[in-house]
Amino acid sequence: MDRAEYAEYIKKITPKSKIWSSLLRAFIVGGLICLLGESLNALYKMWLPNYDQTQIGALVSSTLIFLAAVLTGLGVYDKIGYFAGGGSIVPITGFSNSITSAAMEFRKEGIIFGTCANMFKIAGPVIVVGVAIAMLCGLGYFIVGLFI
Amino acid sequence: MTFLWAFLVGGFICALGQLLILKTNWTPARILVTFVVLGALLQVCMVFDSLKQFAGAGVTTPITGFGAGLVKGTFENIDKYGFIGIFTGGLTAMSAGIAVAIVSGLVIGMIFKSRSK
Repeated sequence: MDRAEYAEYIKKITPKSKIWSSLLRAFIVGGLICLLGESLNALYKMWLPNYDQTQIGALVSSTLIFLAAVLTGLGVYDKIGYFAGGGSIVPITGFSNSITSAAMEFRKEGIIFGTCANMFKIAGPVIVVGVAIAMLCGLGYFIVGLFI
Repeated sequence: MTFLWAFLVGGFICALGQLLILKTNWTPARILVTFVVLGALLQVCMVFDSLKQFAGAGVTTPITGFGAGLVKGTFENIDKYGFIGIFTGGLTAMSAGIAVAIVSGLVIGMIFKSRSK
């Protein structure tokens, strides 16, 4: 049985309801994380009336990132991830989780060569691709701006 | 009302991620990169701002918000400072998130040990 056949076989024996239930779990947990973000946004707006929306947004993301790092340290985030799948990976908390869990995993190889060297193992591509695409779009925007 | 839409839209984006995982067996890194690119493209098409108006944290909390923020920051800095903005804008806009992620990852990594499952 080669790989393609095996994939076909897995598809056949995976019950349909399992897919729907995992989608629903991702939807609910992911939605709740976003709801938490929206609530923090409203709270910070009330507490810090002098901040503009960009700064409030940065504060909300920072809070979620910090919370996810702590929950990862306590081993709680992995449990959420087991239940929610994509619901815990796609939000910014999943980005934070990937950094913190890599930092913890490589701690045994030392702080500098373990933790520091490896914490961006999963999150690194996100920043590299993100920055590259933003620069590319920026270059296009700048050139277009020269002509109009 | 934004609260409801934040939940629904955010949940929908995450379910989309889960669907990708089920159908493609991609690693989390690849899923994250895909959504960052998606967010950046939505920002370039100027769709993201109207989505944000309407769903708030529902679109900014998923990693799509990271991609969109990078592009938005770049464009804003180009408007303000010209050419140099191409290089300074993106990371400036996302600096808080990246800095907090680095420091909390480092501190938590030093305090807690990885559990073997």
